[in-house]
Amino acid sequence: MDDLVYVAMTGAKQTELAQSVNSHNLANASTTGFRADLHAFSALPIEGFGEPTRVNAVAENYGTDFTRGATMSTGRDLDVAVKGDGFIAVQAPDGGEAYTRAGDLRVNSVGVMTNGAGHPVIGNGGPVAVPPHASITVGADGTISIQPLGQGPETLATVDRIKLVRPDHEQLEKGADGLIRLKDDSVAPADAGVRLTSGALESSNVNVAETLVNMIDLARRYELQVKMMSTASEDADTAAQLLGMSG
Amino acid sequence: MNQSLWIAKTGLDAQQTRMSVVSNNLANVNTTGFKKGRAVFEDLMYQNVRQAGGQTSQDTELPSGMMLGTGVRVVATEKLFTQGNILQNGNALDTAIQGRGFFQVQLPDGTTSYTRDGSFKRNDQGELVTASGYLLQPGITIPDAAQSITVGSDGTVSVQLAGQATPVQVGTLQLVDFINPAGLQPRGENQYLETAASGSPQPGTPGLNGLGTVIQGALEGSNVNVVEELVNMIETQRAYEMNSKAISTSDQMMQYVNNNL
Repeated sequence: MDDLVYVAMTGAKQTELAQSVNSHNLANASTTGFRADLHAFSALPIEGFGEPTRVNAVAENYGTDFTRGATMSTGRDLDVAVKGDGFIAVQAPDGGEAYTRAGDLRVNSVGVMTNGAGHPVIGNGGPVAVPPHASITVGADGTISIQPLGQGPETLATVDRIKLVRPDHEQLEKGADGLIRLKDDSVAPADAGVRLTSGALESSNVNVAETLVNMIDLARRYELQVKMMSTASEDADTAAQLLGMSG
Repeated sequence: MNQSLWIAKTGLDAQQTRMSVVSNNLANVNTTGFKKGRAVFEDLMYQNVRQAGGQTSQDTELPSGMMLGTGVRVVATEKLFTQGNILQNGNALDTAIQGRGFFQVQLPDGTTSYTRDGSFKRNDQGELVTASGYLLQPGITIPDAAQSITVGSDGTVSVQLAGQATPVQVGTLQLVDFINPAGLQPRGENQYLETAASGSPQPGTPGLNGLGTVIQGALEGSNVNVVEELVNMIETQRAYEMNSKAISTSDQMMQYVNNNL
């Protein structure tokens, strides 16, 4: 069979993968703090006999889009959004440190502060523990202060400070659990310059218009590949017909 | 089969759940002591199709790999325990909690539930009950001869009996607090149940140890912000439409294959 059909088939398959990445972004258009995945195609020439005419397209995601999402005001004390660049440090399920922009914080029954996905928030030394309190405030630099139970508003106590980091985006990658980590698995140092807005959440940074246009583009590209396959099939039919007549 | 079809389906599912939460909030905009809910979204795990940094030859490696996300899910529907508006109505047995805390209510099966709905009534025995007829804990009985009832900000309930000059104290409203109220399980009828996530109830006197005070003649309104919910609804609807668009596109892709090959 002609090689054309295999090149077209690879193209169609890889377009389907890229469409999956695109759908994943769209599905997370309203996930707090979500960062969109970027995808692209790279050329992979096929070495072999004859002229180097065949080049496969391979889909890959070359990283994560770290542009900012919109800030939505919620008015809840424990909702925080990171202003500008930077991340909130949380403890990943494997015990290591990971980073996220999802700041829907809460205090669980044993007094540990976690985000909405249940990852404990890291403070000055390990996960943040919050004693029983009448009210709680998260400051712009991540300082957590509480009014302890049974005491007046004049006795505000500082509990801990949320670890905020600002590594270069080039050093970051998204793990299989959706959390951001440093590529070399090291721990980023705390950055005193990162600021939080309290009473607000950051939305997903998925640009839905762009994602929808991408979706149409990928769908048409897919049809193009399928068209190539059917053309290959027609070519083969014609060849068989001609050879059949002359034979 | 086509993966993007299933990924878009998780998006539809999640938006559908969010829509239910928004509808429930809107439906309870006039429910006494209601606390609004919020759907918490999380991206599903990623599938490593091609490892970044894999060797493409002896000295070269893949600069970027292929991580395929698998969609979104609703990880929780949490309650937001912000204070609702205090609505004055002058009814002697209506009490609102200003600040933290819950009233305790005994369910028919003997277990205790917790509520911020303080619209109490008297039953045929004179005991204080909720609008559903469940007994308040610890129980307070109002004598027949009571001319008027007074509830203090610390929860003291006293009545003025006919022919007596001084009021008589008949009981005290007790409040309980939880470390993590968002972990309480809503059971309907404006009530919540204790769970492992909420922590155990810590009873106390209103106004002490960080508990709120009790206001007589008022009720706590729902804390639903209608405008916010309507904006949420618009956002949910559009996100739903976009995910369904992704499904129809995936469908058309497969249809094109079927028709052309």
